[in-house]
Amino acid sequence: MNTLTLWFHKFGSPPVFHRIAGRLAPWLYAGALLGMLIGLYGGLVLAPPDYQQSDAYRIIFIHVPCAWMSLFIYFFMAANAFVALVWRIKISEILAMASAPIGAAFTAITLATGSLWGKPMWGTWWTWDARLTSELVLLFLYLGVIGLNHAIEDRRQAARAAGFLALVGVVNVPIVHFSVNWWNTLHQGSTVRLIGPSAIDASMLWPLLVMALATKLWFFASLFVRARNDLLELEAGKEWARAEVLREGGTP
Amino acid sequence: MSSFLDMGGYGFYVWASYAVFFILLAIDFIAPRLRRRRVLAELRGRLRRQQRKNQESPTA
Amino acid sequence: MKPGSTGAACMAVIRRDLTLCWRRRGDALNPVLFALIVVTLFPFALGPEPNQLSRIAAGVVLVAILIAGVLALDALFRSDHDDGALEQLVLSPHPLPLLLACKTLVHWLTTALPLIVAAPLLAGMLRLDPGVLPVLLGALALATPLLSLLGAVCVALTVGMRRSGMLLALLVLPLYVPVLIFAAGACDAAQAGLPYLAPLLWLGAALVLALVLAPLACAAALRISIT
Repeated sequence: MNTLTLWFHKFGSPPVFHRIAGRLAPWLYAGALLGMLIGLYGGLVLAPPDYQQSDAYRIIFIHVPCAWMSLFIYFFMAANAFVALVWRIKISEILAMASAPIGAAFTAITLATGSLWGKPMWGTWWTWDARLTSELVLLFLYLGVIGLNHAIEDRRQAARAAGFLALVGVVNVPIVHFSVNWWNTLHQGSTVRLIGPSAIDASMLWPLLVMALATKLWFFASLFVRARNDLLELEAGKEWARAEVLREGGTP
Repeated sequence: MSSFLDMGGYGFYVWASYAVFFILLAIDFIAPRLRRRRVLAELRGRLRRQQRKNQESPTA
Repeated sequence: MKPGSTGAACMAVIRRDLTLCWRRRGDALNPVLFALIVVTLFPFALGPEPNQLSRIAAGVVLVAILIAGVLALDALFRSDHDDGALEQLVLSPHPLPLLLACKTLVHWLTTALPLIVAAPLLAGMLRLDPGVLPVLLGALALATPLLSLLGAVCVALTVGMRRSGMLLALLVLPLYVPVLIFAAGACDAAQAGLPYLAPLLWLGAALVLALVLAPLACAAALRISIT
């Protein structure tokens, strides 16, 4: 709760948020790109080939950070949705809805790169084990939130309805994971081993952590850019918004 | 260099993964910018119409 | 029953919905017809070989009934929303979750119960092992109320939208997957001669939870949609 109240106090008012987010975004993008450069150099060039998977394991530096982000963003979205529903805070509504497309993108990357990693390693593009199926359901949840948000005219009502859906989904994801796990043990079909170096070498760990940080910075940069757009549209009639429109005159 | 591209025989899968990552992030970068341009244009038009209405019937 | 009490209100809701459904009782058979068509298509798609069909029979029946249920979900609030009765319901002094639970009950009685009655026929068409049929019916008896309750929450979010069919299906899918997994798991276990009680108990537990929580969530969702 402490970080939330701090957040609220800093970004509570729309024009202040619009200004601060606009100033922070370029730095966050720069930090993200720098982090990616460093992390991917460490992962692609410095880290040695894996004993079992040779160079194919290098997909991990994309796949795992994106998987972490897909889950992190969902909880971020749900937390903001909770604040928005309970305290009706505009900024939280906007942050929740702006997170959804970014989360969906990271989830899609996770699924695609997982598939590309699975084909050479397991011999199959897809398998219905608990982790992959839960990630797929997560993508459907994101798409549902985005779809519901777009389907309702009134922006604040749309954000509350889609936020409610996101909260229902938070409960659902662990349930799906559990039920698919149970179903897989019942069917005993998959002899697929989920490969991941259980004791990961330091030379492989630090690029992974750098990439995790870089993707987080990217998320916040993209979030701020999207949130500013939504805020401007929502508050179009207000004085500060009008001043902003006249000031910007077409530059992004 | 060629062994770097080859990635131990798994070049296609590794580079396709990295391509997916960068392409989707590029889309994530461009899409809100296009939207901002649209939003600004629409709001500017709305402002212009309001100003025109205020000039024609100068009521508070 | 004292007029004006909550009990009377619930009875009134139930009686009204049953009467409205009775006036268009032909429509109540639509989900059954749909499930019948879906099940009929599978032998044409996969070939009529009995062993192959009996292996997939339980799963196909479950999916057909599930999809028929999704299509019928829209009717839960549609007519009430169109004539304003839904707003009256939301504004009434009686607890909204209770009234919505009554509506969901009637909806289940009029859409899912006919499907459960038709299930033996559907299963027979796909050559389901006769020994598995009781388990399938038990799984349906537990799963369909669960699907109705969870579906009601999602329909409440999309109430009033004109072309909400695809969006509604997208919304219910993540919620329906675990239910389907356990129902199909029970049937699968019965087919393999393994113990099938555990998944049925999980469905039962989920149903009890949903009976309490889903109407609350449905009421909250409805209040959001009808501002």
